[in-house]
Amino acid sequence: MRVAIVDESAVRASVIEEGLEVLEDCEIFVVTERRGLVARIAEIDPDIVLMDLGNPSRDVLEEYFTVSRALARPIAMFVDESDDNAIAASIDAGVSSYVVNGLAAHRIRPILDLAIRRFHAFSRLQTDLAEARNKLAEREAIDAAKRILMQSRGLTEPQAYSELRKTAMNQGRRIIDIAEAVVTASKLMGGAA
Amino acid sequence: MSAKFSIGFLPLVDAALPILAHELGFAAQEGLELRLVRDVSWATVLDRLLYGHTDAAHLVAPLAIAATLGRGRPAQPLSVPFVLGLNGNAITVRPEIAARVAPGEGLGDPVAVGTALRQVAQERKNAGKPLRFGVVHRYSSHNYMLRYWLAGCGIHPDHDVEIITVPPPFCADAIEAGEVDAICVGEPWNSVAVERGAGVIVLATAQIWRRGVEKVLALREPVLNERRGEVEALIRALVKAARHFVDPAAMEECAAILARPEYLDGNKTLISRAIADRLLLKKDGEIVTFPDFMFQYREAANFPWVSQALWLYTQMVRWNDVSYSAGEAAEVATIFRPDVYRSALIGSDEPLPGASSKVEGSVFQRTSVGTQQGVMTLEKNTFFDHEIFDPHDLTGYLARTP
Repeated sequence: MRVAIVDESAVRASVIEEGLEVLEDCEIFVVTERRGLVARIAEIDPDIVLMDLGNPSRDVLEEYFTVSRALARPIAMFVDESDDNAIAASIDAGVSSYVVNGLAAHRIRPILDLAIRRFHAFSRLQTDLAEARNKLAEREAIDAAKRILMQSRGLTEPQAYSELRKTAMNQGRRIIDIAEAVVTASKLMGGAA
Repeated sequence: MSAKFSIGFLPLVDAALPILAHELGFAAQEGLELRLVRDVSWATVLDRLLYGHTDAAHLVAPLAIAATLGRGRPAQPLSVPFVLGLNGNAITVRPEIAARVAPGEGLGDPVAVGTALRQVAQERKNAGKPLRFGVVHRYSSHNYMLRYWLAGCGIHPDHDVEIITVPPPFCADAIEAGEVDAICVGEPWNSVAVERGAGVIVLATAQIWRRGVEKVLALREPVLNERRGEVEALIRALVKAARHFVDPAAMEECAAILARPEYLDGNKTLISRAIADRLLLKKDGEIVTFPDFMFQYREAANFPWVSQALWLYTQMVRWNDVSYSAGEAAEVATIFRPDVYRSALIGSDEPLPGASSKVEGSVFQRTSVGTQQGVMTLEKNTFFDHEIFDPHDLTGYLARTP
């Protein structure tokens, strides 16, 4: 079975590819280039195409399927029309699939289920990454605020941190908010931080 | 407690009404809470609507018909109780072609441009490199308006040129890279191509059909039935947004909202130009004003005329996207829901037409029309070839326009 994964995010495409590799008799093709998409799909001649819902080229691919049907080529459809749950699950996960060569539902489902799981895994990964980035940025701001306090008021590092924490508690705000305020204020006053 | 509607949209200027209804409080006044869901392909806007991720969608009108008839998707009946706007698209061609087909200042004359284009198309076809047009979707008014114009000028849209699908955000790139020779797309994408010097706007689709239906508000029919009262409140909110949208004093504010990252994420200057019916046709040229380039409110523009849906159906038949059947024609006639529009606005200041269908393209000068409520004058609504579409004679019309 030939599976084409169309995704402009090469990272996500490889996450999905890796997930599908456990399936036997599956040949996987990854397409990340927008240009020449239709020609590439024609060349791959896939049985099933997986594409993320955020891909603007979905309309291009569907047009291709419509035209090739007019030329008595394989029929395309949006997953299995009898199974609304599967469709809802795949939309939740953000993946669309096109079954090109009229494969039976029992052959499609495992692929789709795996793809859905990998899509979910990928978005969790992204959330974690964004969280980690946020945390890092917060720590940098707090460090900068500490440095400003140490320099301008001659405090030690623990004292500077304790000042930030005390102010945050008194004002009912988060330490990061106070730290950002300190950094902004210092910039406005012509400071280097 | 307010009723919630999630509404899918594509980042285009004509997604304005639901966005403004949300941002400017018109929805809240009607007891509604809107959530706008931005997508980048019509396929995804449609999937979210069909499978209940959204309650309503900003949709190209022919796609609502295709979905109801089950083209490209398992059939699901959609309902259109409100038209989000008429026209607002343009045809932009590469500068070297524009120099041949529209050498003058300002927008060209559709017949003159078409006649000159026919020559170019013939040369390119003979050279084995036919002219290639990009449209935003097969089931789009852009595709059918473009085809109507080409065919009317003696250029067969399937045999003499190529028409391919290019997603709106890629249109400017595609014409710049020479992947297509021309695009038919909504704003701000023509203007983006012009700004880059990659294309010249030669026609507005309003020149092809002066009052052509463009985007609609579509819902699944069962959702409309279950939430009838709330849908009517949504219609009232959208009408208020439409009235505001066309107020010149509000233009800058509207453009600033639409330009935000969560909506169009675009250039405010280009967006406000489109709203004001002002177009920069070519790079370093003069801005021209084309009245009613976009048509969002006057003359009950938002009224879902059944005849508009039927005209689109004839074009789908004409270009072999569907084959004609009286049964399907009858089904199409039930998609647009003037009855819902009427019951939403009865007793308001909005004019309500007396009829649900009209003979399209038949108004050559300002004409007062019969109404159920208020006063309504229709201005010119002609097709560029002066052809007239009688919704009661689809087969006769199809026979006349092979």
